[in-house]
Amino acid sequence: MASNLPHATRRQLLVTGGALFAWSYLPHFARAADARDPRFIAIILRGALDGLGAVPPIGDPSYAALHGPIALSLTGDTPALPLDGFFALHPSMTNLVRLYGARQATIVHATATAYRDRSHFDGQDVLESGYAGAGRTDSGWLNRAVSVLPKGERIAARGKALGVGPATPLILRGGAPVTGWTPSTLPAVQDDLEQRLLALYRERDKALATVLTESLDIEKIAQREAGGMRPVGGNVIEAMRTPARGAAKLLAADDGPRIAALAFDGWDTHANEGGATGRLAQLLAGLDAAIAEFETGLGAAWKDTVVVAITEFGRTAKVNGTTGTDHGTGTVAFLAGGALAGGKMVADWPGLRDEQLFEKRDLKATTDLRAVLKGLLVDHLNIGMAQIEGVFPDSTSAKPLRGLIA
Amino acid sequence: MAADSTQQALVALNRFGFGARGGNSGDLAAAASDPRGFVLAELTSPRSTRLENPILHSTDALLSELYGLQQQERAYRIAVNQQSANQQAANGQVASEPTETPAPQPFAPLPPQPNFNVIAERFRAEALARIQRAHAPACGFVERLVTFWSNHFCISAIKGPGVRVTAGAFEREAIRPHVLGRFADLLRAVEQHPAMLFYLDNAQSIGPNSRAGQNGKRGLNENLAREIMELHTLGVDGGYTQADVTAFARIITGWTVVGPAARLGTPGTFTFNANAHEPGAQTLLRKTYAEDGVAQGEQALDDLARHPSTAKFIATKLVRHFIADDPPQALVDKLANVFRDSDGDLKAVSTALVNDPLSWSTPLTKIRSPYEFLVASSRLFARTPDQPQRYLGALALMGAPLWQPPGPNGFADTNFAWATPNGMKARLEISNQIAKRLGNLTDPEEALDAAAGAAASADLKQTIGRAESREQAIALVLMSPEFQRR
Repeated sequence: MASNLPHATRRQLLVTGGALFAWSYLPHFARAADARDPRFIAIILRGALDGLGAVPPIGDPSYAALHGPIALSLTGDTPALPLDGFFALHPSMTNLVRLYGARQATIVHATATAYRDRSHFDGQDVLESGYAGAGRTDSGWLNRAVSVLPKGERIAARGKALGVGPATPLILRGGAPVTGWTPSTLPAVQDDLEQRLLALYRERDKALATVLTESLDIEKIAQREAGGMRPVGGNVIEAMRTPARGAAKLLAADDGPRIAALAFDGWDTHANEGGATGRLAQLLAGLDAAIAEFETGLGAAWKDTVVVAITEFGRTAKVNGTTGTDHGTGTVAFLAGGALAGGKMVADWPGLRDEQLFEKRDLKATTDLRAVLKGLLVDHLNIGMAQIEGVFPDSTSAKPLRGLIA
Repeated sequence: MAADSTQQALVALNRFGFGARGGNSGDLAAAASDPRGFVLAELTSPRSTRLENPILHSTDALLSELYGLQQQERAYRIAVNQQSANQQAANGQVASEPTETPAPQPFAPLPPQPNFNVIAERFRAEALARIQRAHAPACGFVERLVTFWSNHFCISAIKGPGVRVTAGAFEREAIRPHVLGRFADLLRAVEQHPAMLFYLDNAQSIGPNSRAGQNGKRGLNENLAREIMELHTLGVDGGYTQADVTAFARIITGWTVVGPAARLGTPGTFTFNANAHEPGAQTLLRKTYAEDGVAQGEQALDDLARHPSTAKFIATKLVRHFIADDPPQALVDKLANVFRDSDGDLKAVSTALVNDPLSWSTPLTKIRSPYEFLVASSRLFARTPDQPQRYLGALALMGAPLWQPPGPNGFADTNFAWATPNGMKARLEISNQIAKRLGNLTDPEEALDAAAGAAASADLKQTIGRAESREQAIALVLMSPEFQRR
């Protein structure tokens, strides 16, 4: 925030002649004037990512012993990628480290939602709903964010947010209109059949009519933008790369969606998690490839893009009895995109000594993930300071973290 | 047949079963004449839940086969490495003594490479048997119960070959025998089955103070213990703590699967490994369980099966699955009471569900799951599949790959999960494909009559009547609200 405030102020002064104004509307004004067309992509990593495995705190004296046989280091055949002298990045994430060097990636460490129990499904519900506790699955924070986008901005006029994959994730469910798209593997259905079915649904089943209409609309854009797109491969990396490639094309289109959510499964590494190579390494390589697909596919729009990859909670600091990690608390969030003021770690490091761990087992969460997300929504999507509290109810203690966006 | 009695027949066939069979089955008329009796008839045959087929193998046979393949692979790798070492040694010799003619190296022939396709073949055979079975009964209520419990106690083939090869056997051995039996028996059979012990990592969990824990490098893994309480019995709000999870994880240390060396029994069977078991008493949900070997965990499981939270959790899931996304509380309470009063008699619980008036008066608003939709489609056209690939591909396309849910909570059970733009697009593509396959061999009006009879709307009849081809009409029947909702 600090970096773009002076610029916005100058502009505002010219227009208003120095009148007082609510500063929270400032970025909104500035954005409208410079005609940005921002993109925002949320990737949910289901299963709980091991933040200490993905972004090892190499400089913490307790780390190597706690993570034991799967701990990473800056030496050896596959060394971790240095970030800032204290933290390093998993060697699988070569694209992310490049973006970090180009100030287009930020990593938040020791972060978590307000959820402090260890159920995946409640944890994901809290992560995606944006509520302070479990049990609310009526709407997701990204959907509520869409519903309070400032009127008149280009993004608000760009239609519905996009859920990628066979099912719409909770983060995008709710009152604001959402659509879904998944790559096709069967021959196309005749338009005529679709139209007859739609007419039948309009008479007999309004809910299915709505769903089918959206399906037909989004497929039209997809087919136009991506002739011959087909999912390929069955491996972990392709399973993330393929939907990202398709979603990037939709988001890049002039009349395509501007906001999207994807979910990648498989992060629940209880056994044989692996270190520089192995299961987690594969998963991180997939995520890294997906981010690279967004960068490539969005082209010129990448400079106005933010991708966030978030997970329901972290994993135990200490390796368990099966060379994996059990459900924990604090973890990392990855931010990537040309709109970021990147190249930095955001971490209030709690330490890893026994008494510094949460319940003596997990990395403590010292940064509220909601503060990060709120900061992004405010500065990147120009959501007002009053509206943002409705997007993340009961989160006033987690003040929006400013300065993430260039 | 009046519209009212047809509507009740649709409840019997679609809400509780897999839909009417086409041809001359007369399912719709039979269901209309006595809807409750039509559903409950399947519960009286004691073996109706089993699936016995001589081409399917038991878990221990399947795992022994897998162990054999893995051993074969190790032997092959060793031989390959040996051969390349020999080759390097021979090359070195040639380089240092260029004047001598190198003698041909006596390489031993490589052992045969293992054929891992067998794993996929076993999986497909199990899938086909399950799918075919769903086509046999008039109603299919028992098969629906099997799929419900199989999803409740799900495993995922994505975990690895040990789970993939036993996924079908798990359902046949641990689920089917108990779907009309006692919940406690079902629970024990599931948690002691090798597929579950592999899937949720308990096979490798070792008590830190056990003999193996003291000697070795492995230790406790709390995955299975947590999911038993969160997903299989109490539910996430069932009143347990992290300390309970850890205690229960210790209690079930030693519950594992016999390996290829057959040290603790027949390879591929459940065993209790006392060497890996955490010694001593443990406190779970404020009750202390004395050290008692495998019985310590079995007693704890029995108590979890009888816990009031379990009755409530199971009742809620059953009503949500069969009746409505927002389960009517009165019906949930009633089933929970039956569950408690009958000590988890699942036949009594299932019967109570079918007998309740709410089950017949609640509108048919749920969307069929992808599996229900596919089975109902091929039942309607009286086409029992003779190969599973098309089914498996279609299920994956709709986001519900067989025995491969995204997590241990199984596939979602609400319209929100299935009535999505992408989900409906996949259904439409599959309906289109089915219609194209059937070509002009089937009369769409007969199909509609078999599926919905007098309950078919005038709009639907008109749409079918005006379709430009039989193919198109068949796709429209399959996509109609009458066929998609149950």
